[in-house]
Amino acid sequence: MTAREVQEVLKCRVLTGEEFLDQEVKSACGSDMMSDVLAYSKDHSVLLTGLCNPQVIRTAEMLDIVCIIFVRGKKPDQTILDMAKERDLIVMATGHRMFSACGLLYQAGLRGGAI
Amino acid sequence: MAEAIVLKYEISPDDFTRAGEASSDVKGKLKQMGVSPAAVRKVAIAMYEGEINMVIHAKGGEITVEITPERIRMILADVGPGIPDIDLAMKAGYSTAPDEVRNLGFGAGMGLPNMKKYTDTMEIETELGVGTTITMTVNL
Repeated sequence: MTAREVQEVLKCRVLTGEEFLDQEVKSACGSDMMSDVLAYSKDHSVLLTGLCNPQVIRTAEMLDIVCIIFVRGKKPDQTILDMAKERDLIVMATGHRMFSACGLLYQAGLRGGAI
Repeated sequence: MAEAIVLKYEISPDDFTRAGEASSDVKGKLKQMGVSPAAVRKVAIAMYEGEINMVIHAKGGEITVEITPERIRMILADVGPGIPDIDLAMKAGYSTAPDEVRNLGFGAGMGLPNMKKYTDTMEIETELGVGTTITMTVNL
């Protein structure tokens, strides 16, 4: 699926990285703990999180995650968005809670990837 | 053997927003040098975990990265409190991080085990009240 399809499924607002929406995304992970994302993420392209600080962007950068989705209507500030822009990341926001957001993407065919 | 390329970074204490800047810089430089994406990812994750630890637990310190065609060595030296029980600290899920750190998305007790997992060798030298030096290598 593409990042654009992810956006449509979750009715996301795109906050930065509009130009990368046709990028293919293969698997996703969801967590508010960046420690766990770093420990368990294998080859994910999408990160769903309710945590809203600059370390979300850095974690994505280290793991080569290309698309970040803030759930529960979280609004990242400009510093966070600027960091994401510099790194060519897609950042979107959805009003869905974490469980529903993950469920909707799973239903649409996106998987959790290698364990 | 070619001479090692050496990068040095001061890690500033108590500045959680900037934690990870050094790892980010190293990742960019390794990519530019044409190091394989798999090795770059290992170095980036291990160093980032270490850098976060230095900010959370040790009030900063210094990171030295040595790059040769054979391997990348990261030396993370701090003058923090030291690690009282390394075996316990290496246990997945064990953490001494305060709640405010957990609220920032870290402190799940995965840092040190994760650093070991992503590197080929990891050595910890620590002395209570003096500091900790962690040396990690990723073979190329």
